[in-house]
Amino acid sequence: MSERVAVRKTYKLFIGGKFPRSESGRSYLVQSSNVSLASRKDARDAVVAARAAVKGWAGATAYNRGQILYRAAEMLEGRREQFVALGIPGDEVDAAVDRWVWYAGWADKLAQVYGGANPVAGPYFNISAPEPTGVVAVVAPERPALLGLVSVIAPAIVTGNTVVVAASPSEPLAAVTLAEVLATSDLPGGVVNILTGAITETAPALAAHMDVNAIDLTGVTDATLAGELEVKAAENLKRVLRPAPADHDWTVDPGVTRMTTLLETKTVWHPKGV
Amino acid sequence: MTATTTSARSDLSELGRSETALRTFLHGLPGVDQVGAEQRAAQLGTRSIKTTAKAQAIDLAIRMVDLTTLEGADTPGKVRALAAKALRPDPADPSCPHVGAVCVYPAMVPYVAEVLRGSAVHLASVATAFPSGQAPLEIKLADTRAAVAAGADEIDMVINRGAFLAGRYSEVYDEIVATKEACGDAHLKVILETGELATYDNVRRASWLAMLAGGDFIKTSTGKVPVAATLPVTLVMLEAVRDFRAATGRQVGVKPAGGIKTTKDAIKYLVMVNETVGADWLDPDWFRFGASSLLNDLLMQRTKLTTGVYSGPDYFTLD
Repeated sequence: MSERVAVRKTYKLFIGGKFPRSESGRSYLVQSSNVSLASRKDARDAVVAARAAVKGWAGATAYNRGQILYRAAEMLEGRREQFVALGIPGDEVDAAVDRWVWYAGWADKLAQVYGGANPVAGPYFNISAPEPTGVVAVVAPERPALLGLVSVIAPAIVTGNTVVVAASPSEPLAAVTLAEVLATSDLPGGVVNILTGAITETAPALAAHMDVNAIDLTGVTDATLAGELEVKAAENLKRVLRPAPADHDWTVDPGVTRMTTLLETKTVWHPKGV
Repeated sequence: MTATTTSARSDLSELGRSETALRTFLHGLPGVDQVGAEQRAAQLGTRSIKTTAKAQAIDLAIRMVDLTTLEGADTPGKVRALAAKALRPDPADPSCPHVGAVCVYPAMVPYVAEVLRGSAVHLASVATAFPSGQAPLEIKLADTRAAVAAGADEIDMVINRGAFLAGRYSEVYDEIVATKEACGDAHLKVILETGELATYDNVRRASWLAMLAGGDFIKTSTGKVPVAATLPVTLVMLEAVRDFRAATGRQVGVKPAGGIKTTKDAIKYLVMVNETVGADWLDPDWFRFGASSLLNDLLMQRTKLTTGVYSGPDYFTLD
C-alpha cells in the first residue's frame, strides 16, 4: 500500500459564518501553515457581516445567548487536543473554557446588576437597561493566543454585540481553530468575525470605519499606533477600550469592565398615574 | 448578430401593418447563444475599475439612477422626501450630482412634480396597469394620459406579456404605438419584464418589437417578479439597441431595473454598456438604473473615495 499523502490545512478568515480566503489572495506562513493575510477590504466585508448579524443577535433573549455561549464552551472543551497540538498549553485551554463559561453566565444577569429602577422626583417609573452598542472591532492580545482571544471576544458578544476581531499576527492558528469551534456551535454567522494578518493593516480601517460602534485596543502594543487608532475612533465617537499593559495577567478574575464598556444605557420614563 | 442590418429602413416601418410580417421578422432574428451571452456578461463583470475611474463611474451611475418607489404604502410625504433626495443625494457634499429621475406611481406624480419643478431631474411614472399590464387598453391609455397630465415627462409602460407569449405580436405592437401616442411629448420606456419572457430569444424579439413600435427606452423589469435585471439579459438588450441603430439610425436607451443594489453591480453594467454599444450610451439620456437601495451604496462608496474612510448606512437616509 502506498503511503498516504498528507492533507495540509490552509488557515482562512472567518467572515459571516464562512471561511473565505483574503480577497487580496495573500497569505503568510505560521508554524509552516499558510494563513490568510487580511486586507482592509476584508475588514470592510467583516463589518458588513457583523452589522447584518446585530439585529438577530441583539434581539435574541439573554437566556438564549447564554445557552449558545455555553454550547460554544462545550465545543471548545471537545477540541482540547487540537489546541494542545497547536502548542497551546493544556492549562490555558482549560482556563479559556472556564472563562467562556464564566462570561456565558453573565448573559442574563448583567441587566439585573447594571440596570434597574432609578429613584426620580416625579410621578414616574424610571428604568434603565443596558443594551449592546452594536459592532465592536477588537484587536486581540498577542499572547496568550487562546485565553487572551476568548477573554476579549466573550465579553463583547455576551451582551449582544457582534465583533470583528483582528487576531494575534504571530499566533493566528488558535484564532482560526476557535473560529471552527464557533462555526460548529449555535452561534449565528457574523456574530464573530476573525481576521488574521497585520494589525497595522486591518486596525486603522476598523478604527476609522463609520459603521463600527466601539473598538477594543487591548492587543495594540505600539503606543503611537494606539494613539492614532483612538484619534480615528473619535470621528464617530466610538467607545474605546484602551490597550492592556504588557504585564497584564490574563488568568485572574477579569471583572466586568470589558462587558460594561461596550454597552449603551437606555432609560425609560413611564408615567405612574395617581 | 448584425443580420438585421441588412433590412432596409423602409421595410422596418412597414412591419407593424401585418401580423405575418411582424412575426416573420421577429422569428427571423438570429437566436441568442445562451452560453455565450452568459459567459460574455460574466467576463465583462471581472474588470477592475479603481480610483479616478471608479470616482467617475460612481458619479455617472448616480446621474443614471431612476430613484424609484413603487409601493402600495407610498404616501405624499414619502415621495416628497424621495424627490428631495433626488435633487441633492448627499446633503453633506454639494459636488455630488443629482440623479436622473424619480419614478413613482401615477397617483404620486403631482407631489413629486411640486418638488422637482425647475430642476433637471426627470419625473417618471409607471403606467398602463403596472406591473401586470392585465387591463383593457382604454384603461391603460387613460392611466398614461393621467400621468402625463399630472406632470410626468417619462412614462414606464409594461408590455402585454400575455399577448406576447401567446404570439399575438401585433396586439403588443399596437398597444405600444397607442401608448406612445398617449404620451405626447413624454419619453416612453417600455418594460419587457424579462423575468417572465423565459428565453433570451424572447428578450431579443420583445426588444425589437418595442423599438419598432416607437419606444424611446427599453427596460428590463418591473421589479415585482422574482427575476429582475441580470447582466446577460441587459447584454442582449444592448445588442438589440445597437443593431437597431445600425438598421434605422434611431438610438434607443436601455434601463435595467430591479436587483441592482451595489456599486459593484452598477459598475459592471457600465463596463458592459461601454464594451457593447460604446460611449454614445454612457449618458443618463441613454442608460438608466431603475433602483432604490443602489443610490445609498453609491453614496457610501463616493464618501469612501472622498474621505478615505468607510462609511455606514447610518449616515444616509432610509427610503
